[in-house]
Amino acid sequence: MPQNADHVLDHLELFRGPEYQQMLAEKKRLFENPKDPAEVERIREWAKTPEYREKNFAREALTVNPAKACQPLGAVFAAVGFEGTIPFVHGSQGCVAYYRSHFSRHFKEPSSCVSSSMTEDAAVFGGLNNMIDGLANTYAMYKPKMIAVSTTCMAEVIGDDLNAFIKTSKEKGSVPADFDVPFAHTPAFVGSHITGYDNVMKGILEHFWDGKAGTAPKLERQPNEKINFIGGFDGYTVGNIREIKRLFQVMGVEATILCDNSDVWDTPTDGEFRMYDGGTTLEDTANAVHAKATISMQEYCTEKTLALAANHGHQVAAFNHPVGVTSTDRFLMEVSRITGKAIPEELARERGRLVDAIADSSAHIHGKKFAIYGDPDLCLGLAAFLLELGAEPTHVLATNGSKAWAEKVQALFNSSPFGANCHVYPGKDLWHMRSLLFTEPVDFLIGNTYGKYLERDTGTPLIRIGFPVFDRHHHHRYPVWGYQGGLNVLVTILDKIFDEIDKNTNVPSKTDYSFDIIR
Amino acid sequence: MAKLRQIAFYGKGGIGKSTTSQNTLAALAEDGHKILIVGCDPKADSTRLILHAKAQDTILSLAAAAGSVEDLEIEEVMKVGYRDIKCVESGGPEPGVGCAGRGVITSINFLEENGAYEDIDYVSYDVLGDVVCGGFAMPIRENKAQEIYIVMSGEMMAMYAANNISKGILKYAMSGGVRLGGLVCNERQTDKELELAEALAQKLGTQLIYFVPRDNIVQHAELRRMTVIEYAPESAQANHYRALAKKVHGNAGNGIIPTPITMDELEDMLMAHGIMKPVDEALIGQTAADLALA
Repeated sequence: MPQNADHVLDHLELFRGPEYQQMLAEKKRLFENPKDPAEVERIREWAKTPEYREKNFAREALTVNPAKACQPLGAVFAAVGFEGTIPFVHGSQGCVAYYRSHFSRHFKEPSSCVSSSMTEDAAVFGGLNNMIDGLANTYAMYKPKMIAVSTTCMAEVIGDDLNAFIKTSKEKGSVPADFDVPFAHTPAFVGSHITGYDNVMKGILEHFWDGKAGTAPKLERQPNEKINFIGGFDGYTVGNIREIKRLFQVMGVEATILCDNSDVWDTPTDGEFRMYDGGTTLEDTANAVHAKATISMQEYCTEKTLALAANHGHQVAAFNHPVGVTSTDRFLMEVSRITGKAIPEELARERGRLVDAIADSSAHIHGKKFAIYGDPDLCLGLAAFLLELGAEPTHVLATNGSKAWAEKVQALFNSSPFGANCHVYPGKDLWHMRSLLFTEPVDFLIGNTYGKYLERDTGTPLIRIGFPVFDRHHHHRYPVWGYQGGLNVLVTILDKIFDEIDKNTNVPSKTDYSFDIIR
Repeated sequence: MAKLRQIAFYGKGGIGKSTTSQNTLAALAEDGHKILIVGCDPKADSTRLILHAKAQDTILSLAAAAGSVEDLEIEEVMKVGYRDIKCVESGGPEPGVGCAGRGVITSINFLEENGAYEDIDYVSYDVLGDVVCGGFAMPIRENKAQEIYIVMSGEMMAMYAANNISKGILKYAMSGGVRLGGLVCNERQTDKELELAEALAQKLGTQLIYFVPRDNIVQHAELRRMTVIEYAPESAQANHYRALAKKVHGNAGNGIIPTPITMDELEDMLMAHGIMKPVDEALIGQTAADLALA
C-alpha cells in the first residue's frame, strides 16, 4: 500500500507512485479511446495557427469557457451588502450551492444564502408554496433584518411572479407585513452576474424609495448634501470599499455606501460566528433617496440602478472601475465637484507617491504587451492604467461586454499612442483568447484564476486580477481603487514581470549573466 | 403477448378528441385489447366517459398532496373503467401558474418507472390542443407513441392545427420512430368537409383514416358520462367507432412522415375548394373610412 497512516502522502506525491501511474495509464488505454500521440500533437499545433483562429472566430453556435457568471451570482453579491440581509434565491438548491461555494472560494469566508428548494413538483405547479414555506423558515431560523429575493432559471422559465408570491406569503403570515422583502427577477440565462447585481440593487432601492411594493407611501425626497456610492460587482470589494470609505473620510465627504459587503466577507476570527456583519443599514438605504448624487464605480454594473437614481432627481456619475493616476484623479475631482469639498493635501501626497513608484519601475513595464479579460468595467480600468504606464493592452476581451462597451474601449485606445495596435473583443470567450495568445503573442495575461489554463496552454504568464481568484489567497483584502490601490496593482504586475525575468535568467553559466540581485 | 402499441390523439381544442379517442378505445376494448389511457391535459377530462366520473384524481394533484411524485404509488393514480380500461390523468397546475408541459413529462416518466405499461396492449395518449412546448411533445418523443392520429374537422382553424401538429411530428420523426397514422375527421357539417379533409390528408402525405359522421347520440351518451359503445352498443354511431377502431388497429406500421404545408399553401387549398375568397391585396390595412374615400 503506497498510503499508510504513519506517513500520509499528499496527492501530489501519491499519484506519482507506480501503482497509480499504471492504473491511470490503463484507464487511458481502456476507457479513453486514446488517439495516436503524433495525431494529437498535429492537431495541437494546428490549433495554434492563424487558419484555426479564423475558424475559431467564425464560431456562432458554441461558447467555450465564457468569462462570465450568471445573474443570480450578482444578485447574491448585492444582497449581502445590506445590514442583516440574507439572500433568498427562488429556485433549486444546487444553484444556490454554486453561489455560496463560488464566493467562499474567493473570499475564504462562509457565504450565507438560502434557496426555496424548488423541486419537480414546484416546476409543474409553480413555486408559491416554496416561497411561503421558505420565507417563513428563513425568517424563523436565520432571524434576518431583510430577505432579498432573486430567481434562477427554473423559476423564470415557468414564470413565477415574485411580487404576487411575496404578497401572498405575507398574507399567509410567512413574515410580518412590514418586514422588508425586496425582490428582483434575475433569470440566469439572460445577461451575466453584473446584470444580476444591477437588478437587485435597483430592486432594493426601489423597495425602500418607492413605497415597498405598494405597502407604504413613497418617500418624499428632501435633498441633502450627502452622496451615494455604489461599487458594483467587484472581487476586491473588501479592500476597495474600505479604501473608498477612507478617501471620503479624509475629504470630509458624507457618503452612503450602497451595498457594503466589506465586513461580511472579512469577519474576524474571535470565537463568534457572524452570519451578518456590517452592511448598509436599512435606514441609510431608505434615506439615500434624499442624496444629492449617486456615484457608480462600475457603469456596466449599474445601468438600471443609476437610471433609477436619476429619476429620483440625483446627479449621477459613472466610472469604469478606475485604476491608476488619471482615473483616480477623475473620480476624486468629480466627488470634489459634486460635494464642493476640496481634495486634501494628504491625497495629493498619495498621488505623488504613486507617480513616483510608476517612474521608478517604468523601464520594466514600458512597451510590454498585455492581454486582459474580465468584466467590462474592470477591463476598461486596467486598460487605462496600462496605457498610462506606457504598456499596451493588446487584447481586451469581455464575454459580457456590449458593442457600446467596445466603442468605449476603442475610444480609450485612440486616446493614447500606446493604444494604436490594441484591439477589443466584446462577447468573445476564453477559447477566442487562446487563439489570440497563439497568433498575436503578448508578454502577460491579466485575468482571473481560470486564466491559468491559458497560461499552461500558451505559456503566457498570468497576472491574477479579477474575479474569481480561487488559487491565490487574500488579494481581495487589498484595494485596487484610489492611489493606494493603483500602487497595489502596479506591484502585482511588477512582481510577475520580475519573476519572469528571474525564471528566464537562472540557468547557471548559461543565462545567469543576467540573474541579478538588483532589478 | 403482442408488442405494446402506443398511439396518441392530437387536435385543436374542442374538436372532440377525447370523445373520439374514448369511443375508439372502448371499441378496441370490446375486441379484447388491454388498454391504458394517459390523459395529458391539465383539464383532466380524457377518461370521464370510460370511468363515468367527472374528473379523476390526477397524478400531479396527488403528488402535490403527498409532497412529491416519488411518494406516489401507481395504484393510487390508476383507475379501472369500462371493460377494464386503465385510466390515468396527468393533470397540471392552475391556469396561469407553473408549467403544464413539465407536468406531462413528470407524469409520463412516473408511469414508465412504475410499470404502468406492463401487461397492456395499447397505450393511448390524449393531448391538449396544440403542441405549445416540449412537454406536450413528450408523447411523440422516441419510444413513446408510434402513431399519431390527428382529430380534425372541415373548419379552417382545425385544419391549421392539424398542419401545425404535423410540423411537430416531422421534427421528431427525423430522429425517431414517430409517424403520422392519419387524420380522423369529426364531422362538423361544414361545406365540402369530406372533400377538404381528404385534400388535406393528401397534402400531408397521409390518409383520412375515418370520417365520423355527426350524431346527437354522442351528446346523449356524454351527458351520461358514457361512450356510445357502452350507452348504445347497437347504434349506427357505435358501429362507426368500431369501424374506426378496426382501421386504427389495422394501421400498425403504416404511419408516414408527414409533409406539412405552408400557410400560403393551406390558404390556396381552401381557395381551390371555394371555401376562401382570394384576398385583394390592395384592401389590406385599409380602414372602413379609407375605403369609403376610395
